Formats: sequence, structure tokens, C-alpha cells
Amino acid sequence: MELLDHLILGFGVALTFQNLAWALLGCVLGTAIGVLPGLGPTTTIAMLLPSIYALDATPALIMLAGIYYGAQYGGSTTAILVNLPGEASSVVTAIDGYAMARKGRAGPALAAAGLGSFFAGTVGTLVIAAFAPPLTELAFKFGPAEYFSLMVLGLIGAVVLASGSLIKALCMIILGLLFGQINTDVISGVPRYSFDIPELTDGINFVAIAMGIFGFTEIAANLGRPAEHREVFLKDVHGLWPTKQDFKDAFPAVVRGTALGSILGVLPGGGALLSSFAAYTVEKKMRGRPGEVTFGKGNIRGVAGPESANNAGAQTSFIPMLTLGIPPNAVMALMVGAMTIKGIQPGPQVMTSNPELFWGLIASMWVGNLMLVILNLPLIGIWIKMLTVPYRFLFPAIMVFCGLGLYTLNNNNFDVFIGALFAAIGYAFYKLSCEPAPLLLGFILGPMMEENLRRALLLSRGDWSTFVTRPLSAGLLVASAAMVIVVTLPSIKKKREEAFHEED
Amino acid sequence: MKIKSQRDFWAGLMFIAVGLGFSYGALEYNFGSSARPGPGYFPFGLGILLAILGGMTLFEALTVETEDGEPIGAVAWKPLLIIIGSVVLFGVLLPITGMVIALPVLVVVSALAGDEFHWGEALAAAAVLTLGSWAVFIWGLNLTIPLWPAFASTGS
Repeated sequence: MELLDHLILGFGVALTFQNLAWALLGCVLGTAIGVLPGLGPTTTIAMLLPSIYALDATPALIMLAGIYYGAQYGGSTTAILVNLPGEASSVVTAIDGYAMARKGRAGPALAAAGLGSFFAGTVGTLVIAAFAPPLTELAFKFGPAEYFSLMVLGLIGAVVLASGSLIKALCMIILGLLFGQINTDVISGVPRYSFDIPELTDGINFVAIAMGIFGFTEIAANLGRPAEHREVFLKDVHGLWPTKQDFKDAFPAVVRGTALGSILGVLPGGGALLSSFAAYTVEKKMRGRPGEVTFGKGNIRGVAGPESANNAGAQTSFIPMLTLGIPPNAVMALMVGAMTIKGIQPGPQVMTSNPELFWGLIASMWVGNLMLVILNLPLIGIWIKMLTVPYRFLFPAIMVFCGLGLYTLNNNNFDVFIGALFAAIGYAFYKLSCEPAPLLLGFILGPMMEENLRRALLLSRGDWSTFVTRPLSAGLLVASAAMVIVVTLPSIKKKREEAFHEED
Repeated sequence: MKIKSQRDFWAGLMFIAVGLGFSYGALEYNFGSSARPGPGYFPFGLGILLAILGGMTLFEALTVETEDGEPIGAVAWKPLLIIIGSVVLFGVLLPITGMVIALPVLVVVSALAGDEFHWGEALAAAAVLTLGSWAVFIWGLNLTIPLWPAFASTGS
């Protein structure tokens, strides 16, 4: 059993004291930021990237991964108790979860979310362990043309499945690719778009972009909106344990959510957010048992399904990142950045060249999920207290973390100014309804894409048809084109808009 | 002609301008040929592509009806400028005055961006965050961040 050997190796790494401690820290931080509205995993991971300079690669990635899936757990708490999504992926949980809380059933709702997430996390970990090796093998057959086409597919997929205008999202990707061109050309050594500023010849640091847009801009945008006052059910959490009937209702929803999330997480552009939306739609369409509470009025399936799905999706979105080095969403883009910081070139070779890191990270996800169930259910009281912290204490702390983080990137205040610049640029995007996440994906993939494009063209002696005559590459490009065509079909376009409008 | 979506109109113009800007800039670098792409090859193509897609956004903004005209809405200048200003101020101050002064300034100035501001709270937050940052980043993670003002430590 190769799978078993791998998992034993992984658990050997994940269960060392040091790695357990970092996983716990990641899970605690993740839950905390998940609970706090207005602070998400993207910002947090960007904020913490500078601090991983002091860590080894394995504990660093274990901690960052913990933040991502930890946030999925924490987000449900806020959604259920405050009707405010602590995380974007918990938007749909709020609908039925909050209704349950209003009826004094906050406990069972929290338990369904927590236990469902744990089940999903366990399955997700197994899915990664089972599917990563064959995908890695496939990736080794890829030449530069295939890689280029794969990245096209990844980027297109990331936007067709996201909300908002398709053309604008494509523009944002290209803008990201262009920002990635501000560097020294790898092949010829010519500095590009540096305007004779020496710091720019190394390129813009992606942490500066992430902190500017996801840190500073977010704060400015949050402060510009009128404060919302909502009823909080803080004192009503007693009797955590669901009834037998709750279990019977919730379990099939958990299984469906997990399956859906595991599949959608792997897709480019997938991950936690898309999974939870899809799971809620499926649960709503499923016929429940007679006499069940209607949807929107506090149906436990409406909590269990999406919450399982978002955790499963969060886990399996590691698959394309770990096996191909291609991030399917903004958080994974930051993880790719984190690996680069630690001197690991992301891609299929990671599994063979750093097996401890690879399998240790996967095993740590299961361990982390176990920690999270304990952190989130018996210790729920602590997190509820955190909800009472007003935003005016929170945002100066984010400013401090981002400010110091930017400075320590190169021990230079240049990156601080770049961060400030991107805060302004990010605000313009926000005002013009341009999604910033595709920009970050494009930025991360830009240099890789250019290198593969140029290598593919060199190999084919300048013949562009190489991308369509090589069968694997052609297949990937056809898939990208099909995705664009499908979402622009009028009937589907309408459905897509409807699906994303439920979040409002 | 009437603009049907303000937001898409300006976004389209922005994309066209930036795309053309990058393409124009790429002319400075060797374009190469398809068989031997030079440093200007990829950015030039991307810039043109961005300008074309920006043009499509612009076209849609002028033709496709929207319910409310998608106005850009008021810019929250106060929080925006304070937040950006506080970051720039922090960047300028840190190498000169060190963390002990730059961080509290960052906290207090950025706190001004909120709806509610109390001096006591802001100063307390500044003290806690500065001490915490020292503990985590300098003492715990051993990062190189100037702590004291540069002029105070020149003698040592």
C-alpha cells in the first residue's frame, strides 16, 4: 500500500512537537480571523508571509494551511450567531444558521457545521493523498507548451467560476500578468519597466500587492461604509449537542456537501467559496423528509451541507497547487509565494524532492481538522467573546502587521510605499467593481507563463500552432475555450448571475 | 451617447490606457521574432490584448442597459487618504525614528480614519501593539527592524 506508506511518512512529520505547535497556531489564528468579519484568510496569510522567513518550509506551510481551513470553521460561527459572514464562503450558512439561532438552536447549528466540516476535512485529506501522485505523474509529461496551456486553463477557470463581469475579470488577469512583467527579463537580462528605480528591477513583491489591496484597501473600504448594527445571539448558546433527528437530517447533507466540495475544490477557480454556494443550491433542491423545517427558516441541512462543502473545497484546492504549482485561488497563490520564499520551486517535482514537506503538509491537515473541532465546539465561548471586539480596535492592528510586514520583506521602506500605492490602486478597483483576486493570480503566474510561452516558441521555431498540434496542450486550450463559450451562452449567463445574487 | 454603466465605462478606459501604456513601453525592448521572442514580445502582446478587452468593456458600458446606471458612488476620501497617508508616513519615519516612534504614529493616525476616535483608546492600542510587535517580530522572530531612532544609536 503506497498510499499507506505515504500517510505514515506524513504523520511522522506532522506529529512532531514542533509541527503540531505550528499547526495549532495556524488553526487558532485561522479560527480567529474566520470569526472576525472584515479580516479574511487572504489578508492574514499575506500579513504573515514575512514572518515565515524565520521558519523552516514545512512548519511554515503547515501553519499557513491551518489558517486557510481554520478560517472555514471560524466563519460559520459568525454566520450563525451574527448573521454576518465571517468569511465569504459562509455567506449561505448565515441564511439557515442564523434562523436556527433565532429559534434558540444555535448550539445544534454550530455542532452541525463543526462536525460536518471535520468529516469533510477527513475525506478531503484522503482525496488529496489519493489523487496527488497520479496527477503529479501526468504533470511530468508536460512540456512548455502544455504548461502554458494549463496556465491559460487555470486562469480562465478562475474567472468563469467567479462572480461579476467576465470581461473585466479577464482584464484583471492580464493586468496582473503585466504587473508581473515589471522585472528583469530572465532570458536576456534586460530590466523592464523599472524607470531606473533599482528596487523595481527585481520586480514588485507580490506581498506588497496583496497587502495593499487585501489589507489597506479593505480597511479603507470597510471604514467608508456605514457601520451595521445587527442582533447578536451571544448568550443563547447552550445545549451544543444536536438531537437524533438533527443527525439523521444533517448526515446525508454532509456527505453530499463533502462530495461536491471535493470535486469543485480541484477545479481552477474553485475552492471554498464556490463549493458552499453549490452545496446550498443542491440542498435546497433536494426533497427533505415530510414536516421538515423549510429552507431559510432554520433547516439544519442548509448549515451542514455548505459548511462541509467549503471545508472539503478548501482542502482539495491544494491539489492543483501542490501537484502542478498552479494556484486555483488567491489564497493558493499566496501559498505558492510562500514556497518560493522558502526556496522551493512549486510544481510536480515537490512531491519527489521534498516528500516530508508534501506528505507532512497533507497529514497535518487532518491533524489540524481534529484540533479545529476541539477548538470550535467545546471552546466556542472564547470565540464568541472575540465577536464583541469592535472594528476600531481591529484595523489599527492590521495596519501594524501590514506595515511591519512590508518593511521586513527587504528591510527597506520601498515595499511600504509600493503597498501604499497598491492601496490606492485597489480602491480604484473597488469603486469600479473590478475583482482583485484574478489580478493576484495573473501576477503570480505571469513570469512562469512568459517563460513557458517563450520556451515553447523556441522549441517550435516560432510556430504558434505548436499549442494546438500537441494533443495535451490542444485539449487544455479547447477546455478553456469551452468554458468561456458555456458561460457566455445567454441561458447559463442568467443562471450564473442568479446564483451569485443569492449572496446579497 | 449615453453611458449606461459608469463603473464599466471608467474601468474600460482604465484598461485601455494601461494596456496601451505597457505596449508603448514594450517598444523600448527588443521584440525579437516568434522563433526567438525577445523581452518585449510578451508584454507588447499582453498590452494590446488588455486594450482590446478594455475596449469591449467600454462598448458594453455604452450599449447594455443597466437598472441604475451603475454609478461609481461617493469616494470615502477621509478614510482612504488617512489610511494611505499613515502607511506612507510610517515608511518615511521607520528608518529615521525606529519602531518606537513610527508604530505609535501609524496606530494613532490610522485610528483617526474610523468613525469613533478616542485619544485614550488610541494611545493604549498604540502601546499594546508596539510592545506586542517588539515581542513577536524582534524578540521572537529575530527580524531586522530598527527599534530606536537612528540618531540615538549612532554612538554605539
